[in-house]
Amino acid sequence: MTPKARGLSQQGRHLAMLAVIWAALVFAPYWMPLFGGYTALGTRVLVLGLAAMSVNFLLGFTGVLSFGHAAWFGLGAYGAGLCLKWVALSTPLALLAGTVLGGVAGAILGVLLVRRRGVYFAMVTIAFGQVFYYIAFQWSSLTGGDDGLRGFERQPLDFGPFKIDLLHNDVYFYYFVLVCFAAAAAVMAFVLRSPFGHTMIAIRENERRARFLGIPIELHIWIAFALSCFFMAFAGALYALLNNFADPRVLHYSLSGDFVIMAVMGGMRRFWGPLLGAVIFVVLQDYISSVTVNWMSFIGALIVLIVLFFPRGVLGLLGQRRTA
Amino acid sequence: MSTLEVRSVSKRFGSLVAVRDISMTVAKGELRAVIGPNGAGKTTFFNLISGFLAPSSGSIVFDGRNVTALPAHQRVNLGMARTFQITEIFPELTVLENIRIATEAAAGYRLRPWLNRAEAADLARRIEETLALAALSGKADRLVGELAHGDQRATEIMMALALKPHLLLLDEPTAGMGDQETYEITQLIRRLHKDSRLTIVLIEHDMRVVFHLADRITVLDQGSFLAEGTPQEIAANEAVQTAYLGQAA
Repeated sequence: MTPKARGLSQQGRHLAMLAVIWAALVFAPYWMPLFGGYTALGTRVLVLGLAAMSVNFLLGFTGVLSFGHAAWFGLGAYGAGLCLKWVALSTPLALLAGTVLGGVAGAILGVLLVRRRGVYFAMVTIAFGQVFYYIAFQWSSLTGGDDGLRGFERQPLDFGPFKIDLLHNDVYFYYFVLVCFAAAAAVMAFVLRSPFGHTMIAIRENERRARFLGIPIELHIWIAFALSCFFMAFAGALYALLNNFADPRVLHYSLSGDFVIMAVMGGMRRFWGPLLGAVIFVVLQDYISSVTVNWMSFIGALIVLIVLFFPRGVLGLLGQRRTA
Repeated sequence: MSTLEVRSVSKRFGSLVAVRDISMTVAKGELRAVIGPNGAGKTTFFNLISGFLAPSSGSIVFDGRNVTALPAHQRVNLGMARTFQITEIFPELTVLENIRIATEAAAGYRLRPWLNRAEAADLARRIEETLALAALSGKADRLVGELAHGDQRATEIMMALALKPHLLLLDEPTAGMGDQETYEITQLIRRLHKDSRLTIVLIEHDMRVVFHLADRITVLDQGSFLAEGTPQEIAANEAVQTAYLGQAA
């Protein structure tokens, strides 16, 4: 095949994959029940998938592993919940509040992180995450402590002449989350295709080379980290709306670990890999946990198999990037 | 005005003195070779010039500006580009993507969320020019990690050139290459020097390459300055023969 024809067939495959993904997402409320699924499960996949994609924005495309990203997810969730409970009965405002709270906190603490690398970076992110976990755990008067934050509900979308009831209609809420998900994914894809996104990949591939192309590495890692925190907080805010509830476990590092697992299972060099990872993770969790409380050991076995046999993740199987 | 002026730099690692009080002045448009036996401190000297390491003492003046305190990426942005002894590229990206990142960085687009049509067209033209310079156009869509060693070295040099440097630092550009590849890289460097009047400093072990290319040669030995001169002067220098050429004979 000539390089041009190969390029076209690659592009064709890419478009076909996008079509399959979006068709599956758009029609999920209709086909999922045929396989014993339910709409709220689909919403959960979208929210956790977006969170895993946010972790992967940093892990897969900048080469920086954060093990504390649940902190920004959880701050997003608490921000949205507290806003609905105390500030205003508005779903969009709650989303904005959660996104800003988690994103700004991440951006500020990111300044302290960007000189660390590898394991040290991961360790410091865990530490930061646990700080927020214990704050939420101890500050009962504000957060409800271990019992979690209750007493808020997602509100209808008010367009004046008509309202969309997100609370009682699962399908409406699913589509609301899908629109939010699509917007966030579009922004991520846009950033990755920009000259700035190219520098992220350059840092992942070879930090020394990137530095000697005149790129200030620390600044670029900080921007990538901060963007990733905003995406993460947005997902967390959606999570609070999904559950009408937030508890300290949304800040805990074990949830950070779950997001990393989703990214690695699905394929962290692929844009859509973490979403597929979230599908596998959430669906297995849902089905197996109804059979046994030890569902995590099955997930563990699956991770071992995937890492051993498909180190590039499940989506990495569907055609590696090869040109020769 | 000289392009590069190194003023008695030293680098100590604990009690080891890797580079001891070395000075070197490279004129604009000159091709300077830095040679010396293993352990002479050549690569450390390079790392001090490019900002990969900070000197323990001494200073480095580039285009009339003291850059001793500047971090590496700022020296790059002032026009100092380098390659490494062990090729530093983006192996999982294509040749085109490697060159594109360098070109975008050089154009000052690194923080840009998008490019307008004119900027994108200009960028594509610059990338194509760079690829053509090293006859890499036919391999633009290949992953760099899959290319032959010589083509990887050429890609790295092209990335450095895409930065439009005033000074190109090449650390053993022919390391690990066969005769044919060595010949091609040598011709490439010669073209860059003769046609573009680019100022180049290179470290090299292959004496055929050094004597073929260099205008002047600086010889280091055990971290210290040993001699400097034209290739003829260096070939005739007894101290150099004893320290270096003598070993090879």
